[in-house]
Amino acid sequence: MKFGVVVFPGSNCDSDAYHVIKDVIGVDCEYVWHETRDLSDFQALVLPGGFSYGDYLRCGALARFSPVMDSVYRFVDEGKLVIGICNGFQILLEAGLLPGAMLSNNVLEFRCQWVNLRVENTKTPFTCLYEPGEVIRVPIAHHEGNYYAEPEVLEELERTGRVVLRYVDASGNPTAEANPNGAAHNIAGIINEKGNVFGLMPHPERCSESILGSRDGRRVFLSMIKSLETGALLS
Amino acid sequence: MKFKGTVTVWLKEGIFDPQGAAVKGSLEAMGFKEVEKVRIGKNIVISLDAENALEAKDLLEQMARKLLANPVTEAYRVHVEEEKAGAER
Amino acid sequence: MAEISQTAPWREMGLKDSEYELIKERLGREPNYTELGMFAVLWSEHCAYKHSKPLLKTLPTKGPAVLVGPGENAGVVDIGDNLACAFKIESHNHPSAVEPYQGAATGIGGIVRDILAMGARPVLLLDSLRFGPPEDPKTKFLFGGVVSGIAGYGNCLGIPTVGGEVFFAKPYAGNPLVNVLCGGIMKHEDLHKGGAYGVGNVVMVVGHSTGRDGIHGCTFASDVLDDDSESKRINVQVGDPFMEKLLIEACLEMMACGAVVGIQDMGAAGLTSSCAETAARAGTGLVIDIGKVPMREEGMNAYEVMLSESQERMLLIVSADKVDEVKRIGAKWGLHAAEIGRVTDSGNLEVLHNGVLEASIPVSLLAMGAPEYTPEAREPEYLRKTREFSGESVRAPEFSEMKGILLKLLASPNIASKEPVFRQYDYMVRTDTVEGPGRGAAVLRIKGTKKGLVFTTDCNGRLVYLNPKAGAAWAVTEAALNVAVTGAKPLAITNCLNFGSPENPEVYWQLKEAVQGMAEACKALETPVTGGNVSLYNESDGEAIYPTPIVGMLGLCEDIEKRITPGFKNAGDLVAVLGKVWGDARSLSGSEYLEVAHGMVAGDPREPALDLARGIIEVLTECAREGVLSSAQDLSEGGLLVALAESCIHGEEGARGCAMSPKALGCGGREDIRADAMLFGETNTAVVVSFAASNEEQVAHICRQNNVPFAVIGRVQESALAVDTCGGLRVLEVPTDEIAHAYSHGLEDSLRG
Repeated sequence: MKFGVVVFPGSNCDSDAYHVIKDVIGVDCEYVWHETRDLSDFQALVLPGGFSYGDYLRCGALARFSPVMDSVYRFVDEGKLVIGICNGFQILLEAGLLPGAMLSNNVLEFRCQWVNLRVENTKTPFTCLYEPGEVIRVPIAHHEGNYYAEPEVLEELERTGRVVLRYVDASGNPTAEANPNGAAHNIAGIINEKGNVFGLMPHPERCSESILGSRDGRRVFLSMIKSLETGALLS
Repeated sequence: MKFKGTVTVWLKEGIFDPQGAAVKGSLEAMGFKEVEKVRIGKNIVISLDAENALEAKDLLEQMARKLLANPVTEAYRVHVEEEKAGAER
Repeated sequence: MAEISQTAPWREMGLKDSEYELIKERLGREPNYTELGMFAVLWSEHCAYKHSKPLLKTLPTKGPAVLVGPGENAGVVDIGDNLACAFKIESHNHPSAVEPYQGAATGIGGIVRDILAMGARPVLLLDSLRFGPPEDPKTKFLFGGVVSGIAGYGNCLGIPTVGGEVFFAKPYAGNPLVNVLCGGIMKHEDLHKGGAYGVGNVVMVVGHSTGRDGIHGCTFASDVLDDDSESKRINVQVGDPFMEKLLIEACLEMMACGAVVGIQDMGAAGLTSSCAETAARAGTGLVIDIGKVPMREEGMNAYEVMLSESQERMLLIVSADKVDEVKRIGAKWGLHAAEIGRVTDSGNLEVLHNGVLEASIPVSLLAMGAPEYTPEAREPEYLRKTREFSGESVRAPEFSEMKGILLKLLASPNIASKEPVFRQYDYMVRTDTVEGPGRGAAVLRIKGTKKGLVFTTDCNGRLVYLNPKAGAAWAVTEAALNVAVTGAKPLAITNCLNFGSPENPEVYWQLKEAVQGMAEACKALETPVTGGNVSLYNESDGEAIYPTPIVGMLGLCEDIEKRITPGFKNAGDLVAVLGKVWGDARSLSGSEYLEVAHGMVAGDPREPALDLARGIIEVLTECAREGVLSSAQDLSEGGLLVALAESCIHGEEGARGCAMSPKALGCGGREDIRADAMLFGETNTAVVVSFAASNEEQVAHICRQNNVPFAVIGRVQESALAVDTCGGLRVLEVPTDEIAHAYSHGLEDSLRG
């Protein structure tokens, strides 16, 4: 099993994701330069956080036209796993692999802080090791994480259980105060219809070791590994 | 022929524009009570070569649709004018 | 040529008549306009340290761990395991005063490139900021711009901003301070220097193209701010953090492949300084053709290209056989990597423009030939008045007022939580930040080792104003104690000396005294100065800032799992003071309490007890090794009670309170002791710690061995801070939630007010 971490010009959480997968968990992992077209070595891809192309024009708008993205579409069609974290989520939205778009945080500021998330769906290859409704602590760090989608799309996401993570307070309630950026329905992470593309604004790779204050993020990667090992979701 | 295209991109009606709201608040605080609405967007100015104005506009529309605006959240408008030789550096 | 002498353009460029005469004499001819411009930038205060060099020579710069001291792009310190840390602090005050967003952003860009130039990967940033009063509308504008500029640039680079300080005081109103520290890590063998060695090697420019931006930025930095400064916005460069990120990755790759002989940032004075300094360090010469420099504007002449301060550019000296490799890496990252000249043995910097000679100057004259000045120093008039302060002029508050004073101090923008600032910075990227901003020194793990890097910046300008020698020594001592309370050993410092005009004898006296105080403290605490920056002419409308010699300190934590943190851990733990709390009227000098509660900036602050500070540092590192402390926090602004309050606020659930009495500090029966000075006085060389009662004897023993006074003053309790007198009377009792509320809302409330 091999993970690939895509490196776009301006990615800056690439080495963090690599470190967790390779050094902390111990699964084979390689960087994938954004001009690469051959992804046949990999079973899972991480589109990492950062500021691809400086986030110029719109976050993720330029990265989605990187050569590697053509292959990412095929990778997704083949049922392999793709996780987009922060800027990676924004790229997935711009690429149309997930529905909706990101607006500026309603506080009009970059926000780096810990948030509480409720795991809404544990029947995904990215969250199968969490308990349903479990509240986890994960950091965010972004300026454009205010998730937006048309009402019909939101309704569809909710109805089909594709809202995977939601911002909540410490007791698990999705209140306005617990929403750090104004995201619709307190949405922090969503999954595609097929269930193999996951985008989330919070950074699980920043909380996968106890020395960093929380290990709650580690199970995202462990879930992916388990799903790939059992092949359960690659239908 | 050389053309200068201006693609104006702004948040669609109905999507809250916090920057616009903040600027509106400041303008009101400064005494501009007449202000009813502020929307903030961006202008992307593109110099290009095309057969005629129609073709230039068509190209710019394509650019706007594919890259310059995000159809989920943004609206755009394209304006084309002939570029006067040597008018700008 | 005759026209140069007639129109005297050097005056506008910032050179004195005598300096022009010196150039003429040493050159043996009149310089042409381009050459004059090159002299003007390199002989500016910003680049040449004309007024500070003789003083800087008195600072200790050597130590067993120092691998590279002052003179290179940044200092480098050995941290064991074949690793080294490069670090340096630099100011971007004047650009930030006129265009706060870009000024702060490009300040980050510059210091990051300095660290990169040593061969290190930049891994952390700290910012030391000074503004006028928060309620001043101009402060709001500057503060907002600077903070978002730091966020906009630093976040994009993926370098965490892990700490720093923000201090508000009236003297900074027209001239804010923006000092930025960057640290980087490398293996010993990856160390690079900025020398143009090897005749025949190739000079390359990597990164952004060159435009007309920022011409004469460093002469601007060496001028006082006045009404015209607003119109000098043209001087301020625009940063492109995306390009900088690519430049970092590309340069690290170029260095890793062994192509790079010498490397230097093209910051202040751009091509001129990078060429002159690299050649001067190596004792060589350079010939460059500026026609080969990638340009973003048409028709730029030699003067403009040589003086441009376009950002995100590096000068590389490349082995002749590796030029193609460097170009390939540049292309991979989408950067210019242009061959512009060669290293020669002429000792001159020769500038051609498409083959025509435009300038030829000996590099030693350009880089090292600026005159040094020792201006007149005179003790400032104001000191006579501020020293007149005595306790009698300060009404001793009733016990019933103490709670209100504590809450007011905690809400004071200089003490209150800076979370509204640091939550805008990505302080976690790279996943090394173990202790982030907001709790004293930052602690970062070093992956692959047990060790941690500890960084802090410190300086209380108010103390320096009232007693420059003591205040500067305090900046070093506080930084060292800040580092030591994490259990780390202070290793070395970088400094940024922010002062007014050295041509004012009173300011020069402040500078002289401060450097002396800093030198003494650095010697005593064995933390040599490895580099830094001097920023003079920080004045507006004829008023100088508080003299502000900022200290950035590096410490090393041997075992990061054994680090100590400031919050209380367990109810029932004993709370003790290690060191000396004065408790007398003099300790009110320059205190936050005196200003916030009595509206006074007065007194003559004591100098730190350096031997005692050394002892405390020993005690803390030994206690960390032994794992006997639950928490440690140093005493600074707000004194003992604010330190205790912070340990409560940061305490673990169920251990967010403390009951204390100063009885054990030996206050009973002494007439010079005042309650307010005991609780809120400053300039104490002391820390407060907590530990399990079973560890008391061991902690006391370690203190005795190091001649550090040890006094148990109370116990950790669940959720309130309570203070009794020596006689057992209750002075105050406050729920921790109430003090935490004041502390966390203070800054936003002041900015709103």
